[in-house]
Amino acid sequence: MTPSDVTSQQSLTQRLANPTRFMQLSGTLMPWLAGAAAALILYALYLAFFVAPEDYQQGQTVKIMFIHVPAAWLAMMGYALIAISSFGYLVFRHPLADVSAKAAAPIGAAFTFLALATGSLWGKPMWGTYWVWDARLTSMLILLFLYFGLIALRSAVEDEALAGKLCAVLGLVGVTILPIIKFSVDWWNTLHQPASVIRMDGPTIHPDLLWPLLVSAIGFSLLFFALHAKGMRNEILRRRLRSLTIAEVDRARGASAAAAAG
Amino acid sequence: MIDLGPHAAFIWAAYAIYAVVLAGLVGWLVWDGARIKAQLGELEARGVSRRSRAASKETPSS
Repeated sequence: MTPSDVTSQQSLTQRLANPTRFMQLSGTLMPWLAGAAAALILYALYLAFFVAPEDYQQGQTVKIMFIHVPAAWLAMMGYALIAISSFGYLVFRHPLADVSAKAAAPIGAAFTFLALATGSLWGKPMWGTYWVWDARLTSMLILLFLYFGLIALRSAVEDEALAGKLCAVLGLVGVTILPIIKFSVDWWNTLHQPASVIRMDGPTIHPDLLWPLLVSAIGFSLLFFALHAKGMRNEILRRRLRSLTIAEVDRARGASAAAAAG
Repeated sequence: MIDLGPHAAFIWAAYAIYAVVLAGLVGWLVWDGARIKAQLGELEARGVSRRSRAASKETPSS
């Protein structure tokens, strides 16, 4: 059977999930993703600082919304990506799913931290405090700790396959935090405002503020995917390096054993 | 300079934290990738390479 016969028998998912094919595809796509992300983020900054009007209640502090809201969305999307990847790894046992989960954790953690930090800086002038232990803020903080837990668990377990499985279980269990974050503003009394963009009855935010927010969200989402692709490429190379190093050590041991026997 | 009103410091601080964290993330990923590639290059220079690549070098027609 030739390699092309093997390839033709694979499903589309299997072909895309092949690490070598992923390296080729991501190598081509990543510069375009990064370029589009940079262009959209710059455009969003222009809209935020030179086009978008002040909010009638919040004044110029509404400019923080253009970075705070995308960070919060991406913090949750990052964890959803980890949960989907974890499911793929536990059910289909594909190592690339584990690579995806591992690569998404630090990026998701960074966006969660940014959502908390920018929210805090927005909260002080608007609410009079940097922090309150209300449902939305606390559930976002738990999400940050979940990300830290995933990163710490993976580095604590030396066996890579076992670490992958343990992180996948934690990743799936932890996904329960996402609906809690999303609906926390509806279920409990909080200082945080209710959803104003993703709502069943449509956005309640004025289009002059909504448009820069959406451009910013798309730009930072593309950046997230570019960073995730880069993280996955690094992890694939790291695993290659590890297996080559082990092979070299085994070969050296074999050679020294043969020399001792001879 | 853009006039951001009485809460300008909070707005600039939020954007500055964003820039620093994202620049750090990008820098770390690029540095990490370059470091691993350099280590892989060292191994390959010593003649250690992946079986698939070694096989394709031995049989260029396949």
